[in-house]
Amino acid sequence: MFLFEDVEHGYDERRVLHGISVELTERRIAVIGANGSGKSTFARLLNGLQVPTAGRVLVDGLDTRTEGRAVRRKVGFVFQDPDVQIVMPTVAEDVAFGLKHRGLSKKDIAARVAGVLAEHGLTELRDRPAHLLSGGEKQRLAIAAVLALEPECVVFDEPTTMLDLRNKRRTTKVIAELPHQVVVVSHDLDLLSDFDRVLVFDGGRIVEDSAPARAIPAYLDLMAPC
Amino acid sequence: MLSLYRPGTSALHRLPVGAKLIVLLLSGIGLFFVTNPFVLGGTLLVVVGLWCLAGIPLLELLRQLRPLLLVLTLLGVAQVLLLGWASAFAVLLRLITLILLATLVTMTSRTEDMISALERAASPLRVFGLRPHRIAFVLSLTLRFIPLIKEKADEIRAAQRARGVERSSLALLLPLLVKVLRMADHIAEALDARGLDDARDR
Ligand SMILES: Nc1ncnc2c1ncn2[C@@H]1O[C@H](COP(=O)(O)OP(=O)(O)OP(=O)(O)O)[C@@H](O)[C@H]1O
Ligand SMILES: [Mg+2]
Repeated sequence: MFLFEDVEHGYDERRVLHGISVELTERRIAVIGANGSGKSTFARLLNGLQVPTAGRVLVDGLDTRTEGRAVRRKVGFVFQDPDVQIVMPTVAEDVAFGLKHRGLSKKDIAARVAGVLAEHGLTELRDRPAHLLSGGEKQRLAIAAVLALEPECVVFDEPTTMLDLRNKRRTTKVIAELPHQVVVVSHDLDLLSDFDRVLVFDGGRIVEDSAPARAIPAYLDLMAPC
Repeated sequence: MLSLYRPGTSALHRLPVGAKLIVLLLSGIGLFFVTNPFVLGGTLLVVVGLWCLAGIPLLELLRQLRPLLLVLTLLGVAQVLLLGWASAFAVLLRLITLILLATLVTMTSRTEDMISALERAASPLRVFGLRPHRIAFVLSLTLRFIPLIKEKADEIRAAQRARGVERSSLALLLPLLVKVLRMADHIAEALDARGLDDARDR
């Protein structure tokens, strides 16, 4: 579904991704690597939030540079910090947000919002102001709001970093049970132990690309203190 | 103030928000022409009755008034000194009635419904090139992010106090500005990711 052709990315003059060429077709793909190794940049390239400074990123054949909007309809994105992802004052409004901009009718929006809230155990919280939610509830809302838009693929950038153990497990389960293709950036090795494919980033390059059984030891080696 | 809504199913909850806002507006204007203390007192009783109808405990009513106690007292004293008892009484009754009525409207209406009522009320402004749905959108964003900015400010203040810096508005303002600008970048990105660009040319 994702095709990277000789992709480079830089902020200002500094290049942070070099010569990335991969094709991502597996259903569950993880991205791990040191801080600053370029994982979030890679994730943002997947739905055209960033466009490559060289090379191309194709999503189902659509170039993210020219078809950004269509790509973002296909690819949902869950950010690390739900506080900046939740943009409406209450839970229900936030779930309705993206739907409104899709031009759905009021009735369809209400039905879909109710369904999504129920599915994610948020019905009780529907009128709760977002700033009064706990961290776990915020993350649940952020994920629910993205899924409400029915994307084909969901990218998660460190979805469990800010959560306690219980919410971490909950989110891990939610991600595991998604029928969508998912790409998950994480430092949490438990989360990705049964993924189909793991990309290990180091210094802006993919240094390992294999099943978790091989990739995780390679990552641990990389992280070993010298 | 930002999150008064109390979910419920009373008649007041079910009343269209537009109607409630219009009643509030008309009462606000109307009450200023009433000077008879009995009529004013009666109106206050009606409003208190409406609180009961909405199923909101009367204790809550006192809780809402408490922060205003000082202002109301000062105002009352000034009125007594300047205009005498009768007029002070009327002014206070009017104010309390209106405050309670306004609070009641916000407590029984979802913010989303209030914003869409305002959006509808603003639709005649279209002729001047204004886009009501944009105004509504900005209002919602503001309601969402004011508490967040306050949270950030509290964080910075706590961090500074931990390092021995006591209240200094400049020391608060600069890091807050930096944080808020960074947050704005992230929010802009999130809005794009969540399909705001779908609406850009609508
Ligand atoms: N908006 C930006 N402007 C300038 N430089 C940036 C920007 N975003 C990231 N960078 C830089 O690009 C490099 C890669 O950052 P990136 O966020 O992709 O790393 P990461 O692997 O996600 O790290 P982390 O594990 O800390 O989240 C870093 O050196 C970072 O400082
Ligand atoms: Mg990152």
